[in-house]
This record gives sequence, C-alpha cells and structure tokens, in this order.
Amino acid sequence: MKISGWGNFEAQEARVTAPKDEAALSAALSKGQAIARGNGRSYGDSAISKRNTVSMLGFNKMIGFDPETGILEAEAGVLLSDVIDSFLPRGWFPLVTPGTRLITLGGAIASDVHGKNHHVDGSFRASVEWIDLVGADGALVRCSRDADPELFHYTIGGMGLTGIILRCAIRLRPVRSGWIRQITHAAKDLKAAMTCFEDNLDRPYSVAWIDCAAKGERLGRSLVMLGDHANPGELPARYHTDPLNVPKRTKRTFPFHLPNFVLNPFSVRAFNYLYYWKGALTPKDRIVDWDSYFFPLDAIRHWNKLYGKRGFLQFQCALPLDKAEAGLTKILEATAETGQASFLCVLKRFGPGAGPMSFPMEGYTLAMDFPNTEATGDLLPRLDAITLEHSGRFYLTKDARLPASIAHQSDPRMEEFATWRRARGLDQFASSQSERLIL
Amino acid sequence: MTEPVLILGARSDIARATAHVFAAKGYPIQLAARNVASLEADKADLETRYGVTVTLHEFDAVAIEDHSHFVDNLPELPQIAVTAVGFMGDHDESMRHPLAAARVLRANFEGPALILGELSERFAARKYGTLVGISSVAGDRGRATNYIYGSAKAGFTAFLSGLRNRLAKENVHVVTVLPGFVNTSMTEGMDLPGKLTAEPEELGEAIYKAVEKSRNIIYVRPIWWLVMMIIRNIPEAIFKKMSI
Ligand SMILES: Cc1cc2nc3c(=O)[nH]c(=O)nc-3n(C[C@H](O)[C@H](O)[C@H](O)COP(=O)(O)OP(=O)(O)OC[C@H]3O[C@@H](n4cnc5c(N)ncnc54)[C@H](O)[C@@H]3O)c2cc1C
Ligand SMILES: NC(=O)c1ccc[n+]([C@@H]2O[C@H](COP(=O)([O-])OP(=O)(O)OC[C@H]3O[C@@H](n4cnc5c(N)ncnc54)[C@H](OP(=O)(O)O)[C@@H]3O)[C@@H](O)[C@H]2O)c1
Repeated sequence: MKISGWGNFEAQEARVTAPKDEAALSAALSKGQAIARGNGRSYGDSAISKRNTVSMLGFNKMIGFDPETGILEAEAGVLLSDVIDSFLPRGWFPLVTPGTRLITLGGAIASDVHGKNHHVDGSFRASVEWIDLVGADGALVRCSRDADPELFHYTIGGMGLTGIILRCAIRLRPVRSGWIRQITHAAKDLKAAMTCFEDNLDRPYSVAWIDCAAKGERLGRSLVMLGDHANPGELPARYHTDPLNVPKRTKRTFPFHLPNFVLNPFSVRAFNYLYYWKGALTPKDRIVDWDSYFFPLDAIRHWNKLYGKRGFLQFQCALPLDKAEAGLTKILEATAETGQASFLCVLKRFGPGAGPMSFPMEGYTLAMDFPNTEATGDLLPRLDAITLEHSGRFYLTKDARLPASIAHQSDPRMEEFATWRRARGLDQFASSQSERLIL
Repeated sequence: MTEPVLILGARSDIARATAHVFAAKGYPIQLAARNVASLEADKADLETRYGVTVTLHEFDAVAIEDHSHFVDNLPELPQIAVTAVGFMGDHDESMRHPLAAARVLRANFEGPALILGELSERFAARKYGTLVGISSVAGDRGRATNYIYGSAKAGFTAFLSGLRNRLAKENVHVVTVLPGFVNTSMTEGMDLPGKLTAEPEELGEAIYKAVEKSRNIIYVRPIWWLVMMIIRNIPEAIFKKMSI
C-alpha cells in the first residue's frame, strides 16, 4: 500500500504488516530489512521501508504503573494520548510532550522528542527507564543506563535504526491540576523574543509563534507563550473540587484535501497578521486546559490535509546559542523574501543536548511548515546552507528531502552512528530516510 | 463498592472493547474465556489504564454441566454480564458435516443462552442486574450462505426476548445486541462495506449506553435496523429466489 509521513509528501509503495503478538513480530523481522512505524506523525520517510514496514500499533497494552515512583511500563504502540487519558485524572503527566499527543511511545523514544520544557527538563530521554528492544537476530534485549548503555542511548533518538522497541518504562511527573497558567508576551522582533526566552529560563514551559511574513523592522515579530502547571487555587471556582478533570474538547476532523490554491502566501499573511494581533490584544495572563495548551493542532484531526494532495514539508533546525540570533535572522529574512510565508512557525529555546544521536543542542530551534511548491523547493536548500554556516543541525523526524551530504556535514555524529550500526550488525533496520541519508 | 461486570468470551475483540469501556467508567471486570491465562496481558492493561480490579476465570460455554459451578466460583456475583461467545465456522463444512454444524449451533445458541439462563436465576433472586447477549442480524432471517450460524443466532435472539419478558417483573434487564458487520478477527480477510461495518470500540460504547439506558434491542450500526426491516419484509416467494 501507499504510505507517507504526516506531510503527505511523496507517498511510497510499501509492504506494511501489523503484527499483534511477538511471534508475528519475529515472523515479520525474518523477512529481512525492516523499520518500525508508530502513528506516522513524523513528517517524512523515517517510518517507511518499501520492503518491510512494521506497524507497532497492535502492541498497545499498558503493563503496570507504580504510584510510588511514577514509572509506567507499557508496550511501544501505546499512544501518549492514552497515557494522559489514564493518568492525568490520577495526578500524573508525561515529563515531555511534543506538539501532538497522537504519537506512540516507540515514536517518542526513537525521535527523542522534545517539548516546550526542554530548557528545564531535557528531552523524552530523561523519562525513559529501560527499553525492550528486538534486535536483528530477533532476540529481545532489555537495555537501560546500566544494561548495554550504548544501545540504550543510541536507541533514544536512533530513528528506529537500532531495532524494534517492543516495551518501555517511562517516568511520569506528578501534577496538581490539568490546567496551565499561560502568560503571553507580544515581542516586536526576533531580538525581543529571544530576550524574553532568556529572561524566563526558569519558567517550565516556553514557546514562541513567529509571524514569519513580517519583514524589516518587524522581522521575527512573535508571541512568546510561557506556561506552568496551575495550582488548584488559581482555577476558576467550578474546577476547584476536581482540578485534574478537564472537560473534553470537541474534535473536528479535516476530511478532505484542500485545493492547493487555498493556502497561498496571501492567505497565510492575512492569518498571521490576525493571529498576532489577536494574541497581542487578548489578556496576557490566562488559565488554559492542558489539551489546548500543549496540543492546539490536535483539535482538528488530519489538519495536514489542509495543504492539499501535494503535501507539505517542515523545516526544523537547531542552532547553537552563540550563533542563533545571526542564523535565525538570516533564515527568517530568506523566508520572508520569497513570500513563502508559513503559518506554523515555532521557536523554542533548547537546554543542553544529551545522547549520541538526539537532535537538541543548547541554543534555539525553529520549525516552519511549507506547502510543497516550487518556491519551497528553491527556498529549502538556502535554509540548509544558512543552517550549516551557523553550525546548526536538522531534525530527522521532520525531514523528507535532505541530501546525505548536507546531513553529514551538519552532524558528524551520523557517520559515527552508521559505523556503530555496522559494527553491531544492525544494518537490517533501514528506512527510506536512512537509505537516503546513508545512516 | 461498584459490583463487577462479567465478560464471557472475553478473548473476542468485541468483548475486549466492551471491557475497556466499562473499566474506563470504573467497573471492576471479570474476564471469562477458554484458555483464560492468555488474557494476563489484557488484565494488566485494564488494571493499569483504569485502576480497576480485573479477575480471570476459565470458562467454556458449551460445557453446560459446569455452568452452575462456574457461577458459584466467581468471587462475587456480577451486576452486569455480557456474553460475546460465538463461532461462525465454515458454512460449507457445516452443511456437509452434522458435527461441524452442531458445534456452530452450540457455540451460538446453547452455550450463551444457558449461561445467561444460569445467571438469570441468581439475578432474579437478588432482584437486580443486567444481562447482555450479543446475537447477530444473521438471526433476523435465514439466508442460503449462513443459515446454520444464522438459525443459532435466531434461537439466541428468541431466548433473550423470552428471558427479558420473564425477568421484567424481577427488576432484571436483558439487552439484545444485534451487530451487522464488525471489524474483528471473526471477519478478518472479508471484504466488508465501510459504512455498514462497525469497529469493536463502537460496539463497546453502544453496549455501555444500552445498559445505562435499559434499552431492549440495539442494532449496531443503527442503519442495520432499516436494512433488516427491509430484508425481513421481502415476501418469501421472492426471497427464496434471491441470492443475498
Ligand atoms: C502536529 C505535530 C507536532 C509535532 N511537534 C513536535 C514537537 O514539538 N517536538 C518534537 O520533538 N516532535 C514533534 N513532532 C514530531 C513527532 O513527535 C515525532 O515525529 C514522533 O516520533 C512521531 O511518533 P509516531 O509514533 O507517529 O512515530 P512514526 O512517525 O511512525 O515514526 C517516527 C520514527 O520513530 C520510529 N519508531 C516508531 N515506533 C518505533 C518502535 N516501536 N520501535 C523503533 N522505532 C520506532 C520510526 O522508525 C521512525 O523513525 C510533531 C509532529 C506533529 C505531526
Ligand atoms: N464480527 C462480526 O461481524 C459479528 C457480527 C455479528 C455478530 N457478531 C457476534 O459478536 C460476538 C463476538 O464476535 P467477534 O466478532 O468479536 O469474534 P471472535 O473474536 O471470533 O469472538 C468470538 C469469541 O467467542 C469465543 N467462544 C467460542 N466458543 C466458545 C466456547 N465454547 N466457550 C467460550 N468461548 C467461546 C471465542 O473464544 P476463543 O478465543 O477461545 O476461540 C471468541 O473469543 C460473537 O457472538 C459473534 O457471533 C460478530
């Protein structure tokens, strides 16, 4: 069947199996080359193998929870949204959540996802206690910080290329309510936004939405949103008695692909303008529910169809602290110049990086969605070059098109990873992306 | 303390989905099935997700002589019992071999009907409880391609109707569930029409609602009520010549 990543970019004809038990999983692996697939929320070809894509959604059982330590054991196909549904009412929340909760635990580990709290808590890695991995020989091994630490650390951020994650244990954090206290600062330009991040490094959550249609003096104009888990006392009276129980949002679905002309630079500019002023003018200090705060996009299922049949691409890079301002300025200038405004343009402050293959590094990360058009095709190589010039790197889980040479120039760890994989006999695990990037 | 929900034939996909819905609402769960040890992972999953107690019970619906013993041995008499026990078999084989046909008749009629009958005595004595039987639209009219399975379901549907009638004055309620197509291991590999095919989770939700609202007979998806009304009303003279 034809599958693609969340970006609906260049679907590939692939053989997909969906084993439901370990015997069926071993049988799938005995067919040779394989890559695990979670909920397909990576944007490009990370979770696609033309020969043997193994869907892990059938492994969706929770195994146990210890309320003393907050450690949850579960199979890799369990969704982060299920974890929240089960444990928020009992006062627990994942340590790290990305911008969507519709991802599997296996996917969260393989991409070593980050959230709005990277500068304080680090990436998903920080919550992982151990991983049960099915290796090339079909054998199951449990790795952790103590048992085969090399395998453990490479698996977190290893994009499925170290084996199939079958089960894992993750530590949840205790929370007192399901609500977030959010403070929005309107920043007039990039420098103001970065200053706001630096001044608020002790805030648990921070993220900025950039109006990347803004140019010149307004370049980098943004809304910086700071957040913290609200105390029950701060909540509106009707939620005092049951602060962990948040009414469900209604879900809307986006059922069909929009014609490509709907999202054009003009409509995006208009949207950005309105969004910025709406944010700048609404009360700065608000209490919002966890779902709207962490996962605003999940309110509309399949919003990716907004971009039409040709799909879209996301560009996400990380730049080191000392070169971030210069690099971000150039990236935003190049983007604004082409008129290729993106309406999802997000800036985050990263704390120190960790792990031999994980994406985050101390500095800033910028993510932008672009429709798959010719203009985007021209722009992206320019953004790649700017990233390289500023010693940045690229987020593989968002990538669908990077040339191998650029990936390797940006990150010498890739070569080390490839060598290590060969030495450990893990070449069997390969995705369309790992073949393209020679990993 | 909430009293438990007993799920019979708990290895079925519909049964599992139903267990999830009731557990999510805070009901303790009793899972009963053949080879019940294979449900250890499901027990852990339900307990971890919903923080409820789950117990496992070996149960063979066609071992009728053991039914009373089985109910006696439950740690607690449930307030709700749902049976998903069923077996489609291979229709051609059932037509050729009486023993194969008997297996289908027993697994869809005798077994599930008599275990609910057994439970109904205890529920009636206690003066409350709900019994849920998953039958099938296949029992609404016999068709050439599946009348052995269908007639067993017809028998089961009639049994449920009678049981409901008898127990109404005992404050015990009986729900008849009539699924059309459901995307489960029973129908794996079949080419089912999307709009008429329900997911097991829909069945679970529908069963929970039917219990809450004391519904008598539910079709899932509801469109099946209309489809079956039409099919039931085709004159026999015409029906016998049709291939459906
Ligand atoms: C709206 C949206 C917002 C996002 N926001 C963020 C964000 O803020 N921060 C962030 O870090 N990411 C973000 N992402 C990216 C997303 O979190 C990652 O791509 C995540 O890995 C997707 O998980 P998945 O289960 O869908 O995995 P898939 O997309 O199916 O797979 C992703 C990778 O994980 C591997 N994998 C999956 N399951 C297993 C397994 N069981 N064993 C071994 N390998 C496995 C695959 O091989 C592949 O390499 C966002 C994505 C979307 C769509
Ligand atoms: N799927 C559909 O389209 C559909 C449509 C209409 C009605 N239904 C009905 O829905 C119910 C659930 O079916 P399903 O679709 O979930 O299919 P299923 O997975 O095949 O479920 C049937 C279950 O019945 C169990 N069973 C059979 N004989 C038994 C016995 N003697 N004792 C104990 N358990 C026994 C089976 O147990 P084992 O696992 O041990 O074999 C199996 O778990 C059935 O009654 C079926 O007839 C299904």
